[in-house]
Amino acid sequence: MKSNRPPIANFFPRDRSWHPKAYTPDYKTSILRSPSRALVAFGNSVSETSGPAFGHEIIGPLDNDLILNFAQPGMSAIGERIMVQGRVLDERGQPVPGVLIEFWQANAGGRYRHKKDGYLAPLDPNFGGCGRTLSGDDGAYAFRTVRPGPYPWPNGPNEWRPAHIHFSVFGHGFAQRLITQMYFEGDPLISRCPIVRTINDDRAVGQLTARLDMEASAPMDALTYRFDIVLRGSRSTLFENRMEGN
Amino acid sequence: MATPIERPLYPVKESASQTAGPYVHIGLTPNFCGITGVYDTDLGATMVTDQTKGERITLEGRVFDGGGYLLTDALVEIWQADADGIYHQTAESDFSGWGRAPAHAETGIFRFETVKPGRVAFPDGRMQAPHINVWIAARGINLGLNTRIYFDDEAEANAADPVLGRIEHRDRVTTLIARRDGNSYIHDIHLQGPQETVFFDI
Ligand SMILES: [Fe+3]
Repeated sequence: MKSNRPPIANFFPRDRSWHPKAYTPDYKTSILRSPSRALVAFGNSVSETSGPAFGHEIIGPLDNDLILNFAQPGMSAIGERIMVQGRVLDERGQPVPGVLIEFWQANAGGRYRHKKDGYLAPLDPNFGGCGRTLSGDDGAYAFRTVRPGPYPWPNGPNEWRPAHIHFSVFGHGFAQRLITQMYFEGDPLISRCPIVRTINDDRAVGQLTARLDMEASAPMDALTYRFDIVLRGSRSTLFENRMEGN
Repeated sequence: MATPIERPLYPVKESASQTAGPYVHIGLTPNFCGITGVYDTDLGATMVTDQTKGERITLEGRVFDGGGYLLTDALVEIWQADADGIYHQTAESDFSGWGRAPAHAETGIFRFETVKPGRVAFPDGRMQAPHINVWIAARGINLGLNTRIYFDDEAEANAADPVLGRIEHRDRVTTLIARRDGNSYIHDIHLQGPQETVFFDI
């Protein structure tokens, strides 16, 4: 689809009381990195309602398998083997098909493969820590990985991140662009984490907390965690058939 | 008498954002951080091909925090129309319109090789000045920041741009305008402070 037509409808406005505020002093890095002036609002133009599209040609066969995608032949990443499955939906509950989902994480010991991560937990020579996939026609996505370890970070004297996987998600419009984190049901570090607590509403935290799904687990192989991602909705898709050929 | 059931306008809430954290480059530009062999190339590193129409430009800049310190862990994404003012929402095109660049680990510089965008219409029919849509994620940024980049050699179009026209404090318009230097446009972004860049609620 090539498009320079005016947008059909705006995205629903972002609920900025549901999202974390920019200035959250208990998460210290936000103090100097938060804009202090009011955001300037305007109705969406095609610049905001359009966005990049990604095809299956960019996705390699192991891109959604972090256990194998950095491992030497015959080897695999160390840790608790898990699958993450879910759907990408919009705020109307409709599936969002064909969008790129990228994820990155620490290894099972809580260490990232990054020059600046000096945590004393060891690197796993068979774990890179990144992957990606596209949502299917029904918005579904899945990948396989190891459960990341919690790790300490220098925000306070004894602060630990709960186990988490970072997610980057595209929608169909650039205004839907979202980065977030997935947590694991039952982790006692979730409620103690200053980054989690940048979110004011417990229901919003609950939505970022993946649930164990025994039925979807692979016996003798991997547990499954279920994690749905919701992107901004718009009225446009209701009318898209009618607008076809405009 | 039956009363209509109250239904929420949005049945589901958008997933709340969380910071991209200090290691966003691992996830989104792994080759840049030396994680090779997983992806052939980093996504969004190349926007143009030999066939891409339009004036080739380099866009580069840096991101600063409220203390004047350089961000070396930021991730910048851009989304723009082609030289004819058309957005390419397709994976098969001579011009992707979308680019992704990590801030350099020492210099903090982000750089895009692209083409100068044409003008696109605003919903009311007025033409917007040529612009590039920008999204910034980094440690300490809880929700990705949206801004735009306009061009200092488009003064007439900029003066008539409906989005720039929404900026009440007119002295802040300059925070969105890149400076031309040969075939490059230079544009620094300030997250906070006296030179704070205009960010949008889109
Ligand atoms: Fe992390």
